[in-house]
Amino acid sequence: MSKKNINHICDKPLRRRTLLKGAAFGLTSLALPFGNADASVWESFFQKHFHQMNKDELQKVIARLENEYKEDYGKDFNIKSTKPIDGVKFGYGLDLSRCIGCRRCVYACVEENNQSRDPQIHWISVLEFEKGHRWVNVFEEATKYYNPHTVPEEGYFYMPVQCQQCENPPCVKVCPTKATWKERDGITVVDYNWCIGCRYCMAACPYGARRFNWAKPQIAREEINTETHYLGNRPRYKGVVEKCTFCIQRTREEPGTYPACVEICPVGARKFGNLLDPESEIRYSIEHKRVFRLKEDLNTSPKFYYFFAT
Amino acid sequence: MSDLLQPIRNFFTALKFITKGGTGYYAWLAFLAMLIVYGLYSYITQLDQGLIVTNMRDQVSWGFYISNFTFLVGVAAAAVLLVIPAYLYNFKPIKEIVLLGEMLAIAAIIMCLLFVISDMGRPERGWHILPFLGTMNFPASLLAWDVLVLNGYLAINCIAVFYVLYKLSYGKEYKMSFLWPIIILSIPWAVSIHTVTAFLYNGLSSRPFWNASILAPRFIASALCSGPALMIILFQIVRKVSEMEISNTAIFKIAELIAYAMGINLFLFMAEFFKEFYSGSIHLAPMEYLYFGLHGHSNLVAWMWLAFIFNLSAFFLLLRPKTRENFFTLNMACVMIITGVYIEKGMGLIIPGFIPGTLGEIYEYGPSAVEKSVSMGVWAFGALFFTLLLKFALPVYTGKLRFKASESGD
Repeated sequence: MSKKNINHICDKPLRRRTLLKGAAFGLTSLALPFGNADASVWESFFQKHFHQMNKDELQKVIARLENEYKEDYGKDFNIKSTKPIDGVKFGYGLDLSRCIGCRRCVYACVEENNQSRDPQIHWISVLEFEKGHRWVNVFEEATKYYNPHTVPEEGYFYMPVQCQQCENPPCVKVCPTKATWKERDGITVVDYNWCIGCRYCMAACPYGARRFNWAKPQIAREEINTETHYLGNRPRYKGVVEKCTFCIQRTREEPGTYPACVEICPVGARKFGNLLDPESEIRYSIEHKRVFRLKEDLNTSPKFYYFFAT
Repeated sequence: MSDLLQPIRNFFTALKFITKGGTGYYAWLAFLAMLIVYGLYSYITQLDQGLIVTNMRDQVSWGFYISNFTFLVGVAAAAVLLVIPAYLYNFKPIKEIVLLGEMLAIAAIIMCLLFVISDMGRPERGWHILPFLGTMNFPASLLAWDVLVLNGYLAINCIAVFYVLYKLSYGKEYKMSFLWPIIILSIPWAVSIHTVTAFLYNGLSSRPFWNASILAPRFIASALCSGPALMIILFQIVRKVSEMEISNTAIFKIAELIAYAMGINLFLFMAEFFKEFYSGSIHLAPMEYLYFGLHGHSNLVAWMWLAFIFNLSAFFLLLRPKTRENFFTLNMACVMIITGVYIEKGMGLIIPGFIPGTLGEIYEYGPSAVEKSVSMGVWAFGALFFTLLLKFALPVYTGKLRFKASESGD
């Protein structure tokens, strides 16, 4: 039956809306809260993929989303759609000899990026390894649930893991709807209004970097960050996948701005910069330290470099 | 005027056949309806609160729904085990029942699609995956492939089944020249649905348990066990409750074919088991979790050994002509195979992909009450669909139900 519909639609693009409306009416009426079926619900249902929208359409969608967020959180939002900066490819460095496992990065990230507080979503997992045991690619020896009174604990070292922003991202390859893709500046992003929540990307990611909104994300009004990017930290929905975007809402605005996790790190373990700029700190680290990347054998080619500075 | 009304009259004739039955029939329908309603109620809870009502989490992001989906793809593919002897080798006893296998395939695919929908975080955005309407990521995403092959297989079987039923219900002979290409196409297509579904997991280098080349062959071998085993049981029910004749020869032949498929399945299992345990690399962990438990986590261990013992015993029961042709041992073997493969190609395949997780975490998963009741609802829906389809198809097949053609008039 759907095949028939498709043929019709190809012949007469004008009928697309009506046809779809009819076909999808049953489903949406079930999926949406009753009594909420105003025009904005339909607009959101028929919202196009990020790449299919022209400038005007995107502006209209952003205006609608800002309205919706205002209704939900009672605050004025600014949703940017800043494009990648030419000549920039972001890279990240993490100095394992400095990290003390304090998890400040985890919570700075949550605050900056509007992750759900209930249920809790963290984009960064800090793993604790016992010293003198096994190399950091044997994760079974690690735990992210360490809970001592003070860190660092004697005899342990720490390795934070987040999205490795692969040059060859398996998550993008498997997405059945192209709802996630790699931007020109190397950041893999998600269109939260296009993701169908199949979670194939989560199965494909070798770094456990993707998070799913198992329930409606809850964030207290006073904790919300209203400075957002369409592909970054704008509030997410129930049933979609999200991930680290190197704080796209900050780093694309002014060259030289750091992601929240870099800024908060009390020991300077985190480095960030432009891989294409030979003068950048990240390039210096890669060229002068003993760097490695996680799971090199999978050929994902991360832009996230771990190193030992001392 | 009477010409125009004839299809409507025919519809009511069919309806009469479908709704007429004994107490047992009504009890069966009521039982299924109850499960469907309860499943639907649970599904609405899930839509409302999100997938948090399941026990899936970021660590184990696929669970019971996808396990059932995977098993049912196997059941659907199994119709091919009837088609090959029936049409390629012209084995008459099976030729007469090949339609039943195709109807089972239709029901299985419908259940597959329902399980996938149940698993989606945003089911109302399902159209995003369709070609032309949405932005299907073809050919990069194996899930896109799966959407195509599963719906294609559904279409092929629907055409074959409804064409034959349509012709027969008007008392006409169906044309082999029309049916033959469809049947031929359905053979590689049946293999493809299982291959593509296997590749869906197989292609992920992040999950060492799935990332083994033996996955697709094992998928097909076990599919050729579970589907036909289910059919053998259904055939016996069908010939008991209807006038349809299904010969013992056909049933025993299918049982023999299952034995060979199970032999291959067990061999492939052994090959996998040997490789993992003998080489003993860090990628052994999921296998260790399945069969011996990992760091004290052993939810699936008993199930996996049960599946192995069932599959092995059923293999011997079906291999020996004496036990194969005894209905008690035959049915016992069939039930063991259905259970064994359900464990092995369901939870036993999906969960170890996630345990241990990519960062080494072990999150023990078992389906929640909502997952169980939604799944039960889907199974009940499939059973209801299959029952009603049979209730219409069997009298057509045996010649009891005949429509009047509208052109002849009254």
